[in-house]
Amino acid sequence: MKYALLLMGRVDDPNCGADGGADPEEFFAFDQEITSAGVVVSSFALEDPEHAVKVETDAAGDHVVSSGPFAEVQEFVGGSYIIEVDNLDDAIAWAKKSPGSKPGGHVEVRPVAPY
Amino acid sequence: MSASPETAAGTVVRSALESMGAEGRARVLASVARRFSDLDLAEEMVQEAMVQALRTWGRDGVPEVPEAWLITAAKRRGIDTLRRDQARARLIPRLGALQERDPGSGSVADPADEVLSRDFSPVPDERLGLFFACAHPVLKPEERIALTLRFLAGLSTAEVAHGLLVPVPTMQQRLVRAKRRIRALGISFDVPSRELLPERLAAVQRVVYLLFAEGFARSGGQAHVRDDLTEEAIRLAKVLHQLMPGSAEAAGLLGLLLLTQARRPARTDEAGRPIPLAEQDRSRWDGQLIAEGLALAERAASAPGAGAYAIQAAIAAVHAEAADVESTDWSQIAVLYRMLESYEPNPVVRLGRAVAWGRARGMQEGLAQLEDLVGDPALERFRPFHIARALTLEEAGDFAAAGAAYRRALELPGNEAESEFLSLALLGVQNAQK
Repeated sequence: MKYALLLMGRVDDPNCGADGGADPEEFFAFDQEITSAGVVVSSFALEDPEHAVKVETDAAGDHVVSSGPFAEVQEFVGGSYIIEVDNLDDAIAWAKKSPGSKPGGHVEVRPVAPY
Repeated sequence: MSASPETAAGTVVRSALESMGAEGRARVLASVARRFSDLDLAEEMVQEAMVQALRTWGRDGVPEVPEAWLITAAKRRGIDTLRRDQARARLIPRLGALQERDPGSGSVADPADEVLSRDFSPVPDERLGLFFACAHPVLKPEERIALTLRFLAGLSTAEVAHGLLVPVPTMQQRLVRAKRRIRALGISFDVPSRELLPERLAAVQRVVYLLFAEGFARSGGQAHVRDDLTEEAIRLAKVLHQLMPGSAEAAGLLGLLLLTQARRPARTDEAGRPIPLAEQDRSRWDGQLIAEGLALAERAASAPGAGAYAIQAAIAAVHAEAADVESTDWSQIAVLYRMLESYEPNPVVRLGRAVAWGRARGMQEGLAQLEDLVGDPALERFRPFHIARALTLEEAGDFAAAGAAYRRALELPGNEAESEFLSLALLGVQNAQK
């Protein structure tokens, strides 16, 4: 089965991101480990949420494009792995290994829909 | 009255299917569910295989191993169904199921015909994996109990609903949702890896334990006990023990349940009201269950991996071996509770320890320990805590405080038979004060 591991961070968490806390080296080491295990289908990391650009439709039906940082955003996706493993337990085991599940963040495990 | 040949054959087939019993059906379902990692599909395919059996067994005779026949028929139908379903067809290679069907034979109409007269090796019991799937920690506790009753105890949806005091449509919905969740999340039907096993086994046992606990002292309703639930729980604990004969905890849980169930004949009076342990007529305890339970408790205690259930079985064993409350080895029980606390540091365990200390070291000591627990938010809403406190206070002669504790117990939810007992006890201490 394919699962997405969504590495979630919080904007109000001082231990998150470049300001210290979660060590980028740990993420690199994890990336190496999970990649060499041969389970990664694809992966990406995202720039900080302040660089987000939002596209939506307003009440009048017009597109509105706005740029971050957005005050209402508390939690954000910092990166993701799509992995192919046998079952949920294996996916959870990788989520536990990820530095993304250390204090200050969490990893959301989502099955990829089969269609 | 003479039956026509067809009816006679039909009767034979029906009785062959019936003699498999709930346990046989559960074994068939487990095997098919494991193949497809899908309870919904497995249920449907087993149902179809049964219909097919009624037709072909009547004609050709009942196969030597009916369970194996049904498993094979259901798996083949499952693969055919997946093939027809475009969205699911892509799952087939992953299931490694293609080689299961002879690629040359294209007869989809009656795929089980060809296996009818063949010999089968004994059916492997795949219920253990099903246990782990149904009690997976990502499922909600009420889903785990419902799934286990439905698929491992082999009860019908209506029986599960009745057992858990839930309307049938609600239970249907709950089961449908839980089955979908298992499939969507990719919950495994295999026994977990060695690292995960202790934690996951604990989740499976928790389901069986909660089922027993609900039957042992109902959280609502009229009667104090529900024997159907406790017996179902014991049956499941037996299956677990049989599937994991080397597991100390599996032996421990079964031992605990048997030793507790042994008290059943002495636990309620003619009116169905509960009788406290101290006042039970122990000559009415079930000697057979005690003997079985003691052997299991002993085995659990000496096996590696003994944990919370082995300890609770040991506590129950100390009770079972005592002639009465006075001669019970309460310090031994208190020590066991302290060990239990290191596995399950919860207020209910501390309550058990406090009561044991009181018996071992005198009422005042016990009361002091019970008073330390007053104000614990979990115990405050826990009826058995207030009952234990009331009984201890009454024994110590503090009737006013005992009365207050009985009143508090009566304010909390519980079954009616127990409430009746509490009202009588409250009346008793009120009279004693006069």
